[in-house]
Amino acid sequence: MKKMTINGIVAQVEDYWTVLEACRFYGIDIPTLCHHEGLSPGGICRLCIVEIGKGKRAKLVTSCNYPVEDGLVVRTHSERVIRARKMLVELLLARCPGSKTLQDLAAKMGVQRVRFKVKNENCILCGLCVRMCAEQMDAKAISFAGHGINRRVTPPFDIKSDVCRNCGACMYICPVCQLRCQGPEPPNVVCGACMNVEPVCLQDNEDVMCYLDTCGWCFKVKPSSLKKSGYGKEKIEEG
Amino acid sequence: MNRIKIKSPLDLEKLRQAILAKTDSQKTHVAICAGTGCLALGAREVITAFKEELKKRGLENEVEIRETGCPGFCEKGTIVVSYPEGIYYLQVQPGDVQEIVEKTLVEKEIVERLLYTDPVTNEKAIPEDEIPFYKHQMRLLIGNNIKIDPKNIEDYIALGGYNAVAKALSEMTPVEVIEEIKRANLRGRGGGGFPAGRKWETTRNAPGEPKYVIVNCDEGDPGAFMDRALMEGNPHSVIEGLIIGAYATGSHDGFIYVREEYPLAVENTSIALEQAREYGLLGRDIMGSGFDFDVKIFRGAGAFVSGESSALMSSLEGKVGAPQPKYTHTSIKGLWNKPTNLNNVETWANVPLIINKGADWFTSIGTEESKGTKIFSLVGNVNNTGLVEVPMGITLREIIYNIGGGVRDNKKFKAVQTGGPSGGCIPESLIDTAVDFDELTKLGSMMGSGGMIVMDEDTCMVDVAKYFVDFLVDESCGRCVPCREGLERMSEILSDICEGKGKEGDIELLEELSEVMKDTSLCALGRTAPNPVLTTIHYFKDEYDAHIKEKKCPAHVCKVLIEYYIAGEKCTGCLACLKACPEGAITGEKEKVHVIATEKCSKCGICYETCKFDAVLIR
Ligand SMILES: Cc1cc2nc3c(=O)[nH]c(=O)nc-3n(C[C@H](O)[C@H](O)[C@H](O)COP(=O)(O)O)c2cc1C
Ligand code: SF4
Ligand code: SF4
Ligand code: SF4
Ligand code: FES
Ligand code: FES
Repeated sequence: MKKMTINGIVAQVEDYWTVLEACRFYGIDIPTLCHHEGLSPGGICRLCIVEIGKGKRAKLVTSCNYPVEDGLVVRTHSERVIRARKMLVELLLARCPGSKTLQDLAAKMGVQRVRFKVKNENCILCGLCVRMCAEQMDAKAISFAGHGINRRVTPPFDIKSDVCRNCGACMYICPVCQLRCQGPEPPNVVCGACMNVEPVCLQDNEDVMCYLDTCGWCFKVKPSSLKKSGYGKEKIEEG
Repeated sequence: MNRIKIKSPLDLEKLRQAILAKTDSQKTHVAICAGTGCLALGAREVITAFKEELKKRGLENEVEIRETGCPGFCEKGTIVVSYPEGIYYLQVQPGDVQEIVEKTLVEKEIVERLLYTDPVTNEKAIPEDEIPFYKHQMRLLIGNNIKIDPKNIEDYIALGGYNAVAKALSEMTPVEVIEEIKRANLRGRGGGGFPAGRKWETTRNAPGEPKYVIVNCDEGDPGAFMDRALMEGNPHSVIEGLIIGAYATGSHDGFIYVREEYPLAVENTSIALEQAREYGLLGRDIMGSGFDFDVKIFRGAGAFVSGESSALMSSLEGKVGAPQPKYTHTSIKGLWNKPTNLNNVETWANVPLIINKGADWFTSIGTEESKGTKIFSLVGNVNNTGLVEVPMGITLREIIYNIGGGVRDNKKFKAVQTGGPSGGCIPESLIDTAVDFDELTKLGSMMGSGGMIVMDEDTCMVDVAKYFVDFLVDESCGRCVPCREGLERMSEILSDICEGKGKEGDIELLEELSEVMKDTSLCALGRTAPNPVLTTIHYFKDEYDAHIKEKKCPAHVCKVLIEYYIAGEKCTGCLACLKACPEGAITGEKEKVHVIATEKCSKCGICYETCKFDAVLIR
């Protein structure tokens, strides 16, 4: 067992855990996109970042592949973390606004605008399908090709591979293929429709449910309470 | 040649004496640079011409020709130095050879026109140390290049080569070697400036066998070639450092990772390894010490990002050379998950010097936290370009004006970019900054591998930022979101600004994006990529504002934002521009003021170049 601090809570964690596993064990929600329990870590989306260390030496690391260590001090929702996560979601959303997974994340994190030109790609290059195919289906029918902005997922030589068994695992795991979002139309790339769920908090906010993570409902009702967290900031600005 | 194995430090000393005995230092010999730069300028033909000319005169046994590595002044190639006098000829063409042989080698006279001429005073310089470009340098690493035929190990041994290996292996324990390097505070020359001694110690103490040592000669920086010059021109100095590092870390297998585009470096290094092996300087029981070590050479794919440590190692393992999402240092788990010590070419080349002369000597050079020298690749709008080796702590001004001879064409100095594509631009107000790892970082730039680009007043800083961002867009591996998406968006925004489509808020968005890229990218490429953008915004904000708010490019570089016009008072109505304009955009009659129809003008600039009366202007 190792002993570390997560958001001020002293945590006892298994030696072989990642910081993400430790946080989830303690019920702290950290958004991820390229991570899946059954697959090796991808380190691609960077959404799972947390802040470690203190003062000037504090830095952001990806929790999905950062091994736990004794005495580690982790903050999962610091201002710096939130700011970075929101920018990452904004970048991804500009690339791929048709993903419901991304729209939900945006809604939840209060990403209210996309300041980049919209691309409407069908893939965020999270690599889940590639790892799923190789690690769980033992097929390696698809892989990454190209580098930089030309990076894409494709079968070898762009021809359907004969090791592909049409199992559909790649589509099952894909955050873009699996759920499409019909909501948004440019210029407002962010739909936010999914937020219109019935409030789960107590009727008149005698208590709140968001001591671990915000559900997004409350800033419609009581924006001032959220000012500090950075959530829903744009919403507040836009009135 | 039949080589005797060197079995002890004494054997090495005997060999050195034997080599020195058979070479007559007063004998006439000619060193000709056969580095990549000079070869491109025709050094091969110059060498052939020398050989033929000497043969014709029956002098082939009197005068020795030595093909050497690059001494750094490539722009003035082919470099020919005549010894024993050390007469330094520049820009030698095959046609000059006959005269050099006749005048200098036979009659012992100087061919004035091939000497360095000061552009201001017109004074001639004869030996190397009178040439301003060299005079103000401190050439501990690169200075030997002109004295050595890299294909002949004896030249290196004659200069005291492999002494440091002898000393380390026979007089020092591995831990003592590490202590010496730590005391010398040798910092990595590959970019990060991490203390080499501490890295060696980590590798030494990390569990796991075998351990590896690697030379990083990937050098993907456009315009940088100091690693090439060392690897090509003095490969034994790097190999010697590597042997010492292997001994210190407990490694028996080394690799030299050379980029594909450096065939001559590969050739010279392969020959050097072979010769070192023949002498028993590599292989089993080196110099009778019981220490075994050998080195393989590996040709890299040549992408910029494959120089990053985890990418380089994955490429060595036969996989794609892309950065790996791992938080364990390669010094603990590197190549094939074994402890691996990776250092840059120049870092390794410093090691023999430190072992020979001691940490105290090394720390006497440089600043508080950066010791020794650094080789820079000085390029851009500066009179003398090339490789310059200077002590840490020298000011940018000294490099640019004393060594570089100032800004070209008497233009005004604007900025200097250091640190390669992800370095930063430093403005004129900071030109007296002392150059070392920490000072450059403080300014938002970095040492990087030592690129140094001088920019004059005609440079648009937004355009510069866009140039580097576009380079990085192409070189990003594309794995992680902040770097791949972020760089593309940066490029998009910068293009818009250069094309007059910049909006209020663009600068803030660039800054916000930069912070996140620095904070969250997987490897140092993405984490440093915003530097050119951030430094230009920081030091040249008004230029961004001019583009965005006034839709003007103050340096007249961004085509969309400029307009050619003819100043009525200067125009003589000579018809020259009118005839030259490919678009037919100029109207006018003889001896009457001409006019440019802006809507037809394609902004090719031909009229601007053509007008003898400077009547065509840009606004
Ligand atoms: C994108 C990128 C490219 C790099 N390219 C090189 C290179 O060409 N040569 C080099 O020595 N180091 C390069 N590095 C730095 C290496 O990762 C590593 O830090 C260095 O080789 C360590 O040696 P040093 O401590 O002697 O500097 C690069 C780093 C990054 C992030
Ligand atoms: S296809 Fe889907 S799962 Fe595969 S990389 Fe793209 S977004 Fe990820
Ligand atoms: S920072 Fe850029 S180069 Fe490095 S892993 Fe990410 S995408 Fe690849
Ligand atoms: S810039 Fe070119 S196109 Fe425009 S007026 Fe001059 S010559 Fe003609
Ligand atoms: S979940 Fe950790 S980087 Fe994507
Ligand atoms: S290659 Fe000859 S001086 Fe550089």
